[in-house]
Amino acid sequence: MTVESTAARSDARRSGTGGKRATQAATGRSAGNGKAAGNGTAEVPEGATASGTPRKAAAKTSRKPPAKSTGSTKSAGKTTRKAPAKSAAKGSAKAKAPAKAPAEAKAPAKARTRVSGDAPGQPEPELVQLLTPEGERVTHPDYDVDLSAEEIQGLYRDMVLTRRFDAEATALQRQGELGLWASLLGQEAAQIGSGRALRPDDYVFPTYREHGVAWCRDVDPTMLLGMFRGVNNGGWDPNTNNFHLYTIVIGSQVLHATGYAMGVAKDGADSAVIAYFGDGASSQGDVAEAFTFSAVYNAPVVFFCQNNQWAISEPTERQSRVPIYQRAQGFGFPGVRVDGNDVLACLAVTKAAVERARTGEGPMLIEAFTYRMGAHTTSDDPTRYRSDEERTAWEAKDPIQRLRVYLESAGLADDAFFAGVEEESEAMGRHVREAIRTMPDPDTMAIFENAYADGHALVDEERAQFASYLASFADSDSQEGR
Amino acid sequence: MAATGTAPAAAQKLPVAKAINSSLRTALENDPKVLVMGEDVGKLGGVFRVTDGLQKDFGEDRVIDTPLAESGIVGTAIGLALRGYRPVVEIQFDGFVFPAYDQIVTQLAKMHARALGKIKLPVVIRIPYGGGIGAVEHHSESPEALFAHVAGLKCVSPSNASDAYWMMQQAIESDDPVIFFEPKRRYWDKGEVDPSAIPAPLHSAQVARQGSAVTVAAYGPMVKVCLEAAAAAEEEGNSLEVVDLRSMSPIDFDTVQRSVEKTGRLVLVHEAPVFLGTGAEIAARITERCFYHLEAPVLRVGGFHAPYPPARLEDEYLPNLDRVLDAVDRALAY
Repeated sequence: MTVESTAARSDARRSGTGGKRATQAATGRSAGNGKAAGNGTAEVPEGATASGTPRKAAAKTSRKPPAKSTGSTKSAGKTTRKAPAKSAAKGSAKAKAPAKAPAEAKAPAKARTRVSGDAPGQPEPELVQLLTPEGERVTHPDYDVDLSAEEIQGLYRDMVLTRRFDAEATALQRQGELGLWASLLGQEAAQIGSGRALRPDDYVFPTYREHGVAWCRDVDPTMLLGMFRGVNNGGWDPNTNNFHLYTIVIGSQVLHATGYAMGVAKDGADSAVIAYFGDGASSQGDVAEAFTFSAVYNAPVVFFCQNNQWAISEPTERQSRVPIYQRAQGFGFPGVRVDGNDVLACLAVTKAAVERARTGEGPMLIEAFTYRMGAHTTSDDPTRYRSDEERTAWEAKDPIQRLRVYLESAGLADDAFFAGVEEESEAMGRHVREAIRTMPDPDTMAIFENAYADGHALVDEERAQFASYLASFADSDSQEGR
Repeated sequence: MAATGTAPAAAQKLPVAKAINSSLRTALENDPKVLVMGEDVGKLGGVFRVTDGLQKDFGEDRVIDTPLAESGIVGTAIGLALRGYRPVVEIQFDGFVFPAYDQIVTQLAKMHARALGKIKLPVVIRIPYGGGIGAVEHHSESPEALFAHVAGLKCVSPSNASDAYWMMQQAIESDDPVIFFEPKRRYWDKGEVDPSAIPAPLHSAQVARQGSAVTVAAYGPMVKVCLEAAAAAEEEGNSLEVVDLRSMSPIDFDTVQRSVEKTGRLVLVHEAPVFLGTGAEIAARITERCFYHLEAPVLRVGGFHAPYPPARLEDEYLPNLDRVLDAVDRALAY
């Protein structure tokens, strides 16, 4: 660890954060300032810090479109555009030079794993992990969970059933039963781990891919299919399970979560609110504004970013030059990166974060480092922008497989358990298929329903006109019939 | 009564800004779920002092100075509404609403329908709008058509102190999101506010002056101009009926129709550009409804298809008595 991170450690202690180590890493990183120079301000005098950069120069570069502004750091710009597998190898040798000594050396070997996918030139950030890809249970100095065999079995079951539901939905899209599907394949641990960290009175604001979190909130999975089939735009009552509607406009819901959390605080309740979003959303202004609002009002909200490495076709390094969790530092709350394919670590870290929220310590950012194994949606073709090798590498880190290995090797579950889950999974498949095939289309006049809560004269007028228009066909039909 | 404006017990003369202040105060007193939030609405009392004294009396928890981020203001107001609050948010000036436009259009307007009616979004967004105060760019615009166009929103604009008081009460009581356009150049115009009166329905138009020859319809800041035009026209022997539309979504077409069936002529007046504006919609609808009653095409008076001009030109840009009467003359020439 560097000198800077020692200072960070005491800061972290003061703030009493659960994410101490993350805070350390964040400060260690930002002190490098290699980023400012690498961002196109090549003419900055030696020794100038980011804040000391002449305002003019900074303004100049920021006004240019990104493609051009990175021109002065040609190599960096070039490498980021390439597939991470290659660019990491190419860019790391050069760009690592100015960075401070990587944290790796002193780190407990088992507690951290190096992962590809960050922008080249960044020191590898820490990753909270409690279960290695090989299924080995490891410890972390700041985060842990104490779970019974049944509870761990439960997490396994949640993930298997969620994956089954997801696979079934993808198949139904292929069969034409759904117009679109956004698969969560590969992100089961991030969603189940975080989802199971919540109490019933906590409130969830999802994107449109949180099928696993919905499962944890006891939302009937078939409810999620309505919008993808095209029979509604959401349709469930968010207050039944404290699970808000899926939000399609990227990042919008993060502000809603923050406002909701502000309300929770006003009510004097000790519930926590959790906002899900992705690496792409981290670029949205709404997410930055949510960070600001939550920080200044000390709102009890947890920001759970599933960094699945891809925002449709754009890799995470197109969204950020620093690991996403490190952004929290600048807003004044802790951030931590967790192995998003490790359900135990996701559960432990989220539990710590919601506990912080409950006890009035304010927001926290969790970056669950994971991978979107499938396409963005069923309309996407990832072969156009990413390599098979990358997917294969992530397949070896599969969240379900590693938990199964652990359950088996630790003697926490027997064959009968796995057979039982398999049986349930089959039943889930049948249930979903049946539900979708019997899902009725809405009535035509539903177009006009619920546009307003208190009604609207124009809607009434147009409804009546359209009804009479439709009725005119019925009249002619019946006349023809005669 | 205190300078900060307490809820009036008896009828009294108040400027529009004070009437809104008084209305917000009443709402804060009556319903603990009502919140006031926005930039500078707390300690400062708002740049127009519309929220003057409210934070002092209701605390920082209910009258909230927000970070300077409009999308954040509306986005968090949505979250607060989902939690059961009734936020009244202020956008400081008309031209600053656009960072929040996404939240308003894609979220606030549609969330009730998205939930098939299972949740409500009782959020009021106050926007001081319109020109005539000699301001710099982005401080004089009239963007109401951009909001009236969006299903799920309701848009209103009072023209006088009494309506300002009552329409704010009604907007806060509404379970739908309401964009409340405040005619900023009328903030200082005084009028009688009677808190014991029975107000007209929020989205009803009102006949502000009876007449027989031409109907002139307007809302917000232009109603006063139209009333002055009607007084001037009377001296010339022309009887104008002035309709104060009050609501741009929904629009009370029935009241306009009744008036036009009587007069046979309609002139629509607003500060916003006429192209695809509120007046264009009313012209189309009234032409459909009153085709056989119309003696002249429906005419519009309003802004041009050009950016709002610098302050030194705004007197020429804004519809005034002469431009309204010019349109009236043209309508009468048919």
